[in-house]
Amino acid sequence: FVGAGGGNDIQWCFSQVKGAVDDDVAEADIISTVEFNHSGELLATGDKGGRVVIFQQEQENKTQSHSRGEYNVYSTFQSHEPEFDYLKSLEIEEKINKIRWLPQKNAAQFLLSTNDKTIKLWKISERDKRPEGYNLKEEDGRYRDPTTVTTLRVPVFRPMDLMVEASPRRIFANAHTYHINSISINSDYETYLSADDLRINLWHLEITDRSFNIVDIKPANMEELTEVITAAEFHPNSCNTFVYSSSKGTIRLCDMRASALCDRHSKLFEEPEDPSNRSFFSEIISSISDVKFSHSGRYMMTRDYLSVKIWDLNMENRPVETYQVHEYLRSKLCSLYENDCIFDKFECCWNGSDIVMTGSYNNFFRMFDRNTKRDITLEASRENNKPRTVLKPRKVCASGKRKKDEISVDSLDFNKKILHTAWHPKENIIAVATTNNLYIFQDKMN
Amino acid sequence: QDTQEKETITPERAEEAKLKAKYPNLGQKPGGSDFLMKRLQKGQKYFDSGDYNMAKAKMKNKQLPSVGPDKNLVTGDHIPTPQDLPQRKSSLVTSKLAG
Repeated sequence: FVGAGGGNDIQWCFSQVKGAVDDDVAEADIISTVEFNHSGELLATGDKGGRVVIFQQEQENKTQSHSRGEYNVYSTFQSHEPEFDYLKSLEIEEKINKIRWLPQKNAAQFLLSTNDKTIKLWKISERDKRPEGYNLKEEDGRYRDPTTVTTLRVPVFRPMDLMVEASPRRIFANAHTYHINSISINSDYETYLSADDLRINLWHLEITDRSFNIVDIKPANMEELTEVITAAEFHPNSCNTFVYSSSKGTIRLCDMRASALCDRHSKLFEEPEDPSNRSFFSEIISSISDVKFSHSGRYMMTRDYLSVKIWDLNMENRPVETYQVHEYLRSKLCSLYENDCIFDKFECCWNGSDIVMTGSYNNFFRMFDRNTKRDITLEASRENNKPRTVLKPRKVCASGKRKKDEISVDSLDFNKKILHTAWHPKENIIAVATTNNLYIFQDKMN
Repeated sequence: QDTQEKETITPERAEEAKLKAKYPNLGQKPGGSDFLMKRLQKGQKYFDSGDYNMAKAKMKNKQLPSVGPDKNLVTGDHIPTPQDLPQRKSSLVTSKLAG
């Protein structure tokens, strides 16, 4: 890969791993989302138990110039709780589907976290001093008899141990009949969208009792349902533009200036399919599980079951690049359908506009360099956990004679899925989530 | 499938044939609405207070059929009671990522 050294490949090294070692994973501990904030100083995770854990990067240690700051726990809180909708006999999971950070405007940090039905704006603030010197209370906290207070004492702020507090500032509820899969903050930093299976809503961050419906693909007759919304994202620079992907492998780009209800797309991105290749599985594996704009906004990336595609916003009829993530699974689709793995929703992420990353099975994850056309498979495993040791590339043997160090398709562990990965916005630091552990890898610095 | 034709069958089609052999009644429509409807109905539990109360009224003198040994299977031929639904409580334990 083209790294900072110019022409050198990035050499990924293990940095840290968070989470328990035990094989018996409690459902609540399953990581469901990972996201760096805009500076990369903070890294948030959400889990199936509705909890958010935020890590903060330590300031760079001048004496240890060979490694960047480590990430340590900064704050943790319960974002969502399980609920039961009695009217619809519907159990609402507390699982955090997505976290998105707001850009920092003042001392506090803000993030949006969402489960299937409710989005919450959380404020994370630091407190490192407290007022001391009140003379109105006794030692035990009871108020003193006012007639015994004879001096007017002004409290003084004194330093205290750092306390990080998370408080919910806004609750955006009751706007989604179906399950929320995406939230995306607009480049205007005032509005954001939330998307469920059939509808997309536009919110103002300050207003919780109202949202505008901007996309509605619910058919009049539910028997005619053929397609659902799988992901949505605002363009990084154009505040009027957003895209949403579907279970049929299409992406629609909408311009909010065109009309209040963006049911008619401005652009439709779809790769033509060869009808002779069509099978029972075609539609299922074409379903897009994630869509992400490049940092420039010129390109967007989509992830379907077997591949990652890069689209140029100026060309609708086919992607400009397609990268195979694990093509060897095409001849395993029958069993992957039977064990439901074919419905796994993998995410993907960018390093600027040059390198893309996505997860696979057996705790493998893949990176594709758009410039050199080289790709690499790495593994998130505690066995490789010596800091500053470069990770060894992995290889899957699709068929035929398995070479030493290769792993055969049939030996892959399909319970070890890497669905969520994130790339630091400025540095070559990546966060990779296995089922219940968070791995942090860094570029080896010379 | 005829093994001599193997070269001309794509891996995907071969897998499809395997699946159809196992499940001959699989829906005619490839992919399609079955999955989508299942996706939309995620989280549906089957306690219906109307059914429950009507059954209670009808069977005033008899015992309501109670749930069998498998408490998780709250559908079928018995009336689910509110106690049968697994109680969902939020985990008050701190995440192990923070530990």
